[in-house]
Amino acid sequence: MIVLDHVTMQYPTGKKALDDVSFHINKGEFVFVVGSSGSGKTTLIKLLLKELTPTKGEITVDDKVYSKMKRKEIPMLRRKLGVVFQDFRLLRDRTVFENVAFAQQVIEKSMKEIRREVPAMLTMVGLADQYKQFPRELSGGEQQRVAIARAMVNQPDIILADEPTGDLDPRNSEEIMTLLDEINKKGTTVVVVTHNKDIVDYMQKRVIRLKKGKIVSDVEKGGYRNED
Amino acid sequence: MKINTLRYSFKQGFINIRRNLLFSLASLGTIIACLFMLGVFYSVVLNMRHEVKMIEDSLTVTVFFEKGIDEQRIMAIGDEIKSIANVDTINYVSSDVAWKSYVDDVYNGDMNYVQNIFGEDNPLEDAASYEITLKDISRQEETVTTIKAIPNVRKVNSSDGTAQSLNSISRLVGYASLGLILILLLVSMFLISNTITIGISVRKDEIAIMKLIGAKDSFVRTPFLVEGVMIGLIGSIIPMILLFFMYDAVVDYLTAHYNVVANLIHFVSTAQVIKGVTPISLLLGIGIGFVASFVTTHKHLHV
Ligand SMILES: Nc1ncnc2c1ncn2[C@@H]1O[C@H](COP(=O)(O)OP(=O)(O)OP(=O)(O)O)[C@@H](O)[C@H]1O
Ligand SMILES: [Mg+2]
Repeated sequence: MIVLDHVTMQYPTGKKALDDVSFHINKGEFVFVVGSSGSGKTTLIKLLLKELTPTKGEITVDDKVYSKMKRKEIPMLRRKLGVVFQDFRLLRDRTVFENVAFAQQVIEKSMKEIRREVPAMLTMVGLADQYKQFPRELSGGEQQRVAIARAMVNQPDIILADEPTGDLDPRNSEEIMTLLDEINKKGTTVVVVTHNKDIVDYMQKRVIRLKKGKIVSDVEKGGYRNED
Repeated sequence: MKINTLRYSFKQGFINIRRNLLFSLASLGTIIACLFMLGVFYSVVLNMRHEVKMIEDSLTVTVFFEKGIDEQRIMAIGDEIKSIANVDTINYVSSDVAWKSYVDDVYNGDMNYVQNIFGEDNPLEDAASYEITLKDISRQEETVTTIKAIPNVRKVNSSDGTAQSLNSISRLVGYASLGLILILLLVSMFLISNTITIGISVRKDEIAIMKLIGAKDSFVRTPFLVEGVMIGLIGSIIPMILLFFMYDAVVDYLTAHYNVVANLIHFVSTAQVIKGVTPISLLLGIGIGFVASFVTTHKHLHV
């Protein structure tokens, strides 16, 4: 489902954020991508979102070959991917409800669907009471949960989560992970980028480990195993 | 595009206008000024053309024949005149008709009195003529020359150049105003484009997020198109309303205060002016709004 074939990403600054990375993630898998800061995790997400174009190599998602995609096809690709951004990327001038509803407006869902699905999603991430608040009126963890709700509300085939528990306490982190696990069990492919050792150790899923832009290990049912 | 998305686009379009009120108003003001001037020039030119038409309709070219030619020849001349492109209508005035209208004019139609003097004779025996009206009065001279060249035509009477000069003045006013309006339209277009550029830069983050979560280009773009078209639409309706009230007021004022004007000029009705200029105004307003926002979004959103 997700295939990286000798992908290299070199930024215009000359920095090689990913260096000859290849892996294969099957449909329905749950995968952690771990690695220290600057190891290229966010760059990987941006490549999968086609926000960046690799300098070398090929990415394929769902039989869509990225280098051969036309501009017009990109929105449809992105609709398959629910992304939780590391910096949330919420709209500052919209409420919690509107931020989540926005994801549905963008893909042209009807008002009826939006009214049904958004509250359900907000309940799921525990923000039902705060639907009227603006992002600046929320804690970091709450903002993160809005971002998660927005990524999941359209029921994408693949969820890419960049540090989804970065600002959450252990209890909330566990809840979010359980949520992702449940979604995964329903068939959604989940890729989680994280620093959170406890979570990785606890979940016992596949772990792809990056170091300075290269894959240093890729194990089934692994723990965080700090090798740095 | 789905109805929900259309509603979204309209809402966002209006939000754009409101957020960026100063620039929106500047664009709107320019369009209003421009299309109002269009309306004023249109009224002036329409009235001048109306006046010209009235004068033209009253102007005829009269064609007389050489003595002693027969009816058949006169008919042949008539056919030849009809075939000239600039000839609008042609009317045969027989010598009898000519004499009757002469009697009407000179002797107040008193046939008995006239018969006492002339008997049954028709003093205007050879005054049969064709009365011709022309399509384009400015080409009168050319047409008269053509008619004069027809054999057996004795004389051609034509009118003076009043209508002709009035016509060329109205044409000149038309061209001058067209030039001025064109410049103003370009200014409006530039201002709308600026307004939209600012709107886009204010919403840069939002647009980036939209695209990352799967918005199509059209979804990103439509609110800005709505913004441009709305400015154009409002900017074309307001001047028409202004014109509607001001035209009446000006015509009333002129006819009330200047006798000459009242006697000389037959003003075109307000309805006629508005009916003529509104479609042009709407088309221009919406057109500029659309083109400006289309080009600008194309440039800045890379769509
Ligand atoms: N736009 C950019 N231009 C140049 N270099 C960049 C850019 N974005 C990231 N980098 C560099 O690429 C490398 C990988 O960055 P990336 O954001 O992928 O790291 P990361 O693994 O997500 O780190 P973190 O855990 O801190 O989020 C870093 O060295 C970073 O400085
Ligand atoms: Mg990162």
